[in-house]
Order: sequence, then C-alpha cells, then structure tokens
Amino acid sequence: MNIFRMLRDKSWLHPTDAATLAQYSGPDAQAAMRVALRFILAVVSVIFFLFIITFLSRSQYPDFQALAGPPWQPFSDPSRLWFNTALLACASFAIQIGLGGTRTGKLNVTVTGISAAVFFTVMFLVAQFDLWLHLQSMGFYIAGNPANSYFYLLTAIHGLHLIGGLLVLSNVVFRVWYDNSLESLTAPLQLCTTYWHFLLGVWLVLFGLLASPPETINALAAMCGF
Amino acid sequence: MQEVAIADLPDEMHDPQTFITKYIWSQDHKVIAIQYAITATFVGLVALALSALMRLQLGFPDTFDFIDPSAYLQFVTMHGMIMVVYLLTALLLGGFGNYMIPLMLGARDMVFPYMNMLSYWTYLLSVLILLASFFVPGGPTGAGWTLYPPQAILQGTPGYDWGIILMLVSLAVFIIAFTMGGLNYVTTVLQARTHGMTLMRMPLTIWGIFTATILALLAFPALLVSAIMMLLDKTLGTSFFMPALVSLGESLDYTGGSPILFQHLFWFFGHPEVYIVALPAFGMVSDVLATHARKNIFGYRMMVWAIVGIGGLSFFVWAHHMYVSGMHPAFGFFFATTTLIIAVPTAIKVYNWVLTLYRGNIHLTVPMLFAIGFIFTFTHGGLTGLFLGNVVVDLPLSDTYFVVAHFHMVMGVSPVMVLFAAIYHWFPLITGKMFNVRLGQIHFWFTFLGTYAIYLPMHYLGFLGVPRRYFAMGSTDFIPESAQSLNASITVSALIVGLSQLIFLYNIYWSMRNGKPAGHNPWGATSLEWQTPDVPPHHGNWGPELPRVYRWAYDYSVPGAKEDFIPQNHPVTAEEQTEEGGGESHS
Repeated sequence: MNIFRMLRDKSWLHPTDAATLAQYSGPDAQAAMRVALRFILAVVSVIFFLFIITFLSRSQYPDFQALAGPPWQPFSDPSRLWFNTALLACASFAIQIGLGGTRTGKLNVTVTGISAAVFFTVMFLVAQFDLWLHLQSMGFYIAGNPANSYFYLLTAIHGLHLIGGLLVLSNVVFRVWYDNSLESLTAPLQLCTTYWHFLLGVWLVLFGLLASPPETINALAAMCGF
Repeated sequence: MQEVAIADLPDEMHDPQTFITKYIWSQDHKVIAIQYAITATFVGLVALALSALMRLQLGFPDTFDFIDPSAYLQFVTMHGMIMVVYLLTALLLGGFGNYMIPLMLGARDMVFPYMNMLSYWTYLLSVLILLASFFVPGGPTGAGWTLYPPQAILQGTPGYDWGIILMLVSLAVFIIAFTMGGLNYVTTVLQARTHGMTLMRMPLTIWGIFTATILALLAFPALLVSAIMMLLDKTLGTSFFMPALVSLGESLDYTGGSPILFQHLFWFFGHPEVYIVALPAFGMVSDVLATHARKNIFGYRMMVWAIVGIGGLSFFVWAHHMYVSGMHPAFGFFFATTTLIIAVPTAIKVYNWVLTLYRGNIHLTVPMLFAIGFIFTFTHGGLTGLFLGNVVVDLPLSDTYFVVAHFHMVMGVSPVMVLFAAIYHWFPLITGKMFNVRLGQIHFWFTFLGTYAIYLPMHYLGFLGVPRRYFAMGSTDFIPESAQSLNASITVSALIVGLSQLIFLYNIYWSMRNGKPAGHNPWGATSLEWQTPDVPPHHGNWGPELPRVYRWAYDYSVPGAKEDFIPQNHPVTAEEQTEEGGGESHS
C-alpha cells in the first residue's frame, strides 16, 4: 500500500456501505509474525548501529589502539576470525537447506539442516569464546584498551542474539515435533532463517570493523564527522 | 502455529476460569493493562512522596534532619527516573496502549498475548530491581536522572556503588519488557484491525500510541547501549565514557573515555522519550475533546500528519539538552532550528484542539475539564520551550528553576492531566461504574490551580537565577531573601496538590464499590471500544462476531442524523445515502 496515498485519505467522506464489507475472522498469525520480525530486526539494527557509532567516535581519542594494523596486534592476521565466520556461514547455509526441506516435504533434509545449523552455531559461539581466551592469554584484557573493550562487548552482544535465536528455534522445533506436521514448520522456520542470515550480516559488519587497521577506522570516523 | 497468536478459536472464547489464570498469569490485554496501571501508579506514588520530601527541604531548609544533601540528590534522581520511565511510559503505553489498542481496532486481543504477559512481568521485575536500590548499602543512586558519567560512578556521588548498578540493570530490564510490549502494539495495529478499520479511520488515540511505540522501539536501544557500556565502565573498569581522572587524590585506572558520548546517547533516547510520553497523551486528549464537545476533531488528517511529523523530527533535536555541555556553533544552530521547527506541528495540534472546541456543544464533564486544563498547561509549557530552544537564552537559564518549571509543565503536568482525563473518560468502560462527579471536580480544581501555584512562581525564581539541583540556596548575593518565601509557598502548594491526589484514589475506590452502573456508552462516543456487547468488555471483547467498521471515528453531530453521534460500526444511514447521491459529504 502506498503510504502517502493512505495518509491523504479523507476518511470522513463516504462511509462504507454495509453490503461491501466481508466477514472478518481475525488477523493472519503468520503475517503478524513477519511484521514482528521486521521490527525485531529494526531494533537489533539500531542497537548495533549505535554501538558502531560510539565505536567510531571513541576511536578518535588518542588512547585507542585498533586491534589490527601493526604486526603485533592480534587481528593483523585475521585467520581465526575468518574461521569463525566460516562456521557461522555454514550455520546460515544449513538452516537454509533445512527450510528447503520443509518446502519440499523432505523430513530427513529438514532434520539434517536444522541439526547442522544448531551445531555450527554452537561451534561458532565456542570458537568466539576460545578467541576471547586467546586474546586474554596474549594480554589483551577487556579494560586494557577501548578497542579491546569494544571487541569483547560487540562479540558478546552478537553472541547473546544468537543464543536468543537458538532458544526460539528450539521452541519452534519442539512445537512442530508435537504437531508432527512438516508443513506447519515452514513459516516459523522461514523467520528463523531470516534472523540467522541477518545475524551473519551483522557479524560480517562487526568483523570488518574490528579487524580494520587504524587508517580505515579513521576514514570511517571522518565520514561520520568525528 | 496458526493459533499461536490469536484468541480467536471457539475453544479460546471461554473466559479463563481460575483466579490465577484470570488475574495473575493473565494473557488478556485488559487485565495486563490494569496490572501495568496498578504497578505504575504504585511507583508513581513513591515518586510523588519523594518530590514532597524534596520540596520540604527546599521550602524549609535546616528543618528536617533526615534529609541530608545525599538523600536530597537521591530523591531528585529517583523521582525523575520513576516519573518519566516507570510511571508515564508504562502507564501510557503499557496501561492505555494495552487496554485501548485491541478494543479501538476491533480485535479480540493483542496478536501475541503470551509475550504481552511476559512484558508485564518483566516490567514488574524492573520495578522491583529499582525499588531494591532503596535498601542496599549506600542507597539509590543520586546522580540525577540523566546519570551522567563520570560522577555517576565515582565516590562522592550517593549510591555510586550499588545504587547505580541496580538503576542501570533495572533500565535494561525495563527496555526488554517494553520491547516485548511494543512489538505487540505495533504488530496489532498493523495486522489485527477489523474489517473496514483503515489506518485513517483509527481514532487519534491509536495514532498517538502507535507512533510513540515506534519511537520507543527505536529510541530505547540508545538507553540500553549507554546503560550496558556504563555498567562495564563501573564493573569491569573499561573506559567507554570514563576519562582519565584523579578522584579523592587518587589516580584512577580509567583512560581517556568520553563523557560527552554518553550525553549524546542518553539524549538520543531522552528527547524521543519526551514524545513517547506526549504523543499518546496528544491522541487521547483529542478523543476526549471531540467526544465531550460533540464535534468531530478539527483537521483529522493534519492531526495524524502532525503526530507522524513530530515523531520523525524528535530524533533530530536531542542536542538541545546539551547546549551547556558545549558544541560547535553550527551544531547549536542546527539543533536550535530543528527544535523550533518541531514547534510547528505541535502548535498545529494546539490550534486544532481549540478549533474543535469552537462552536462545539461543550459538556463540562470531569474528563473534559482535565482535557481543557491540558490545553492550558501544555501551551504554557510549550511556550517556555521556545525560549529554551534558543542557545543564547538557554545558556543562562539552563541550570535554573526555569528549566524545572518548563519540563514539569510540558511533560510532567500535561501528560498527567491527560492521564486523569483518560482515566475519568474510560473509567465507566473499564469498571462498568460511574465515578463520583463532585469528587472528580474537586480533584480537578486542586490539581489544575495547584499546578499553577507551583510552577508559575518557579519560572520567576528561575529568572532570578535560583539554581536547580541545589540542596539549599545558602546565602547567594544576587538572589533576594524573598525568593525563599516564594520557595516555601511552592512547597505548601505542592504538598496540597500531592495530598489532593488522595481524593482521586478515594474516588476510584469509592466508585468501584458504590458507583452507579455506567450502562452502555455513557458519553455517547463513536469509537469502537464503547460498542462492545458487554460493559466492561469480557474476554475476547466482541462476543461471537467481530465488529465491522463503516466510518471514521468522529461522526459527532452529523446533520440529519437521529442522535448526535454515529458509532463507527453503524452502516450508512438512509439520509447519508441521499446526501451521497447529491454529491455532498455529510460532514
């Protein structure tokens, strides 16, 4: 619907005739869930957007030392981050396969896809945690430098969103288990899939930001006016 | 999954039977609304008591031993935070949003009733965490409701240890609670309107609540982000906001963080928050005015556009709270300009309310008294906002009582006036009983005149330079002795107004027990919430069949109609059809 045309509607004119209104049986639950998901994604985007803006602002203070750039900084060699990214991409891919399974009615594809998605997501979280331990062992503590603080903070917030997603996904799967119908899985799984892809996208942005050398960060900050 | 959201299947039409499912773990939007309202009113009374203590200290310094400077700052902080977030936001959106959205749109319930229930219980948890800070070592935080670092978490500020942590955690929990509720409100408005209820046929109450909810969903994350980062600064020693500093002769471990960054985040939430509170109030007062003036709301489309416009603009004015913090002159100019621009749609709304009254058939009922009172208080509060929006005027006035008077008029008293108007207006629907009119009128005059007795002199004290946030004025040369007499009179007025709210509570209590049955649609209102088969509406709201909507929400005093109102669910009448044939509209 064209929002501007809607807002121009002179609703005080022309009341509707009784005959033209069909019986209405209540809202469409799936459409409602899609709308709600869009708002959830908007809210999560705002949260990460604000974190990133503060990151860029904070990066312009003299004590900020980006985690990449000079060879002794941990993400000058981002191979561990690439490995973790691959895990999350696998999770995204697997859940998409699972969704395809529900559409074609193949139970084994669905079960494999969802199981693999959960497996890779948990592996991603474990790998991120291991990365924390790795940074700690190298002396990059959370309060050591604002760049470190942001790394721990942003990965933690991202991880919490994934854990939330896992809780919702398990709820969906268990409900369908009791329903014992593959078709009713499609709509909610579609929403979970969107959420997984979205969090993969968020992670790619965070990855790009956290593993950027100081020059890139400074350029981004300059673009934002800091 | 089909039945996940909607209590629309035949077996779900039955009311919940046990006390627990009906009143405690209820998923009915009306019960949740009342739970929200009771909790919010309770913390609101706590905050009211705190303001009375503050006023006692200010009016009669050196009199009360138990109020020391620390306690005073704690009262200020908790009063502000509770009133803005835990009372106004919760009562307007959690209370009235929950009650009105499904009823006004012809829905049986919110689309996600379970999440709605969860929202209330999470809100209650946040309130309990907040109130717990009164009982921890050091007491609640005294950092001011804006919680500016670095002082909020440094020694010397009351509650710097436990209090501030509980405050930040409580805010985070509140935001989670609100987000669950807010998702429900917007989704219900977009997806669960009954047939014929186009967006432009929605009552302005819903437009206000809907827009405010979107603002809140997008603005509260800023508070969440700043709360999380400050918590880390406090607990783990990070330096997001904390600069390198020396405290009590000791060099702290913080390195060059930016306190101004916190201010930007806080006000990026804080200014939309003003409109999160104001927009639902704008909407509700429009409906009350139209109903009790028996006249359609003047300029409905313009009212909707103004609500949406104010909502959009409210994200571009935040730094006018920070003129004193210092900023590039171009930014000051930008934010002063946007601030003055936002006055345009707001003024349009005020004109439209007045023009709704013009040549209306005004019934001076109690809700109408409060609604008209709101037009006064809001206009006065808004006009001083025009002063303060300008950088050069704001700088000398910012730290004085003038600002206190301004924001209390515009976002304290005004939304509260609307809340009273709304409570009296919808009381017959919610309880099925009529309130006591005489007590309501007494309550109105005490509140309305008392408000002016408190805040009008406060503007004057502000011009004199009386500083806000001070525990006691002491002997300041440029402030005459008489200022203290005025301060004392403000305190007396404030205590009277505070006590007069007991009349309101008593009226509620008395009317629920002894009030006359209100009957069906006692005000002759057109909107759907008054057209339910039962008063108060039962679980599921509409009986077996959902209502259908044939017209907009303001068909009052339609020429040729039998009565002076035509409810939204009444089909086209014979007279209208002939008029339509003649090419004329009925309004």
